[in-house]
Amino acid sequence: MLENTPIPILKLKDFLLVSIQIDLHDRMAQQLQQDILERISQTQAKGVLIDISALEMVDSFMGRTLADTARMASTLDAEIVIVGMQPAVAITLVELGLPLGGVRTAINLDEGYELLQESLKEKASEKQGIEEESEEEEADDSGSD
Amino acid sequence: MIVVPIKEESDIVHARAAAKDVARKLGFGLVDQTRISTAVSELARNIYLYAGEGEVHIEEHPDSHRGIRVTFIDNGPGIDDVELALKDGWSSTKAMGKGLPGAKRLTDHMEINTQPGHGTTVTIEKWLAQ
Repeated sequence: MLENTPIPILKLKDFLLVSIQIDLHDRMAQQLQQDILERISQTQAKGVLIDISALEMVDSFMGRTLADTARMASTLDAEIVIVGMQPAVAITLVELGLPLGGVRTAINLDEGYELLQESLKEKASEKQGIEEESEEEEADDSGSD
Repeated sequence: MIVVPIKEESDIVHARAAAKDVARKLGFGLVDQTRISTAVSELARNIYLYAGEGEVHIEEHPDSHRGIRVTFIDNGPGIDDVELALKDGWSSTKAMGKGLPGAKRLTDHMEINTQPGHGTTVTIEKWLAQ
């Protein structure tokens, strides 16, 4: 049984907001990952903002946990944006050999929120495009009969 | 010298916090403090993962180089092939294989003394710019 994390996951319209304010040990980081995925599934959230501006270091375990969480969330149709990474943390992560490839990042909460809004709009218009196309195909089919 | 025993997972957090604190007091800038605490985190985790327990010793560099020295001591299984363990992405467990090579890149000096079956001592140093 994993310990509970003292980190609240707040819902804000279509998104979730998580702010990591304390240095997490490994099991707590894993528990947080699980909590986030469960909340996505419960709330059908389309995006998650994870604020790490208070984190003074991200080592290979935390970095991998964040990257994994982002990949897992995307299979639940939710996008994760990591927000507010300190410059010293970014430098160290790359030197460590762990650039967070594939993970979307933003400089602050405002930018992260914009990113999520934009990608939600893009997804909606893509979906609409596909629906229109299939309607056209149906129309073609009925015409050729 | 500060000694942080590593017995459980939360001790990794204690070790990296203590190392950062010492680095700050010795006059390291924020980026170097972060490099040091990250390297300490990786190597303290290695103790926890591979040996189960051990100790982290944090001290001011005693010799000519001004800076910090951190020593990681365990009586675990030792490292069979140090050269291999220093390769990026190689890991004997399902860990990422970033620990040793990553810590080496983040510091100015690393030394590994190990004997299979008799434990491992890893020493890292970060020097203050002269």
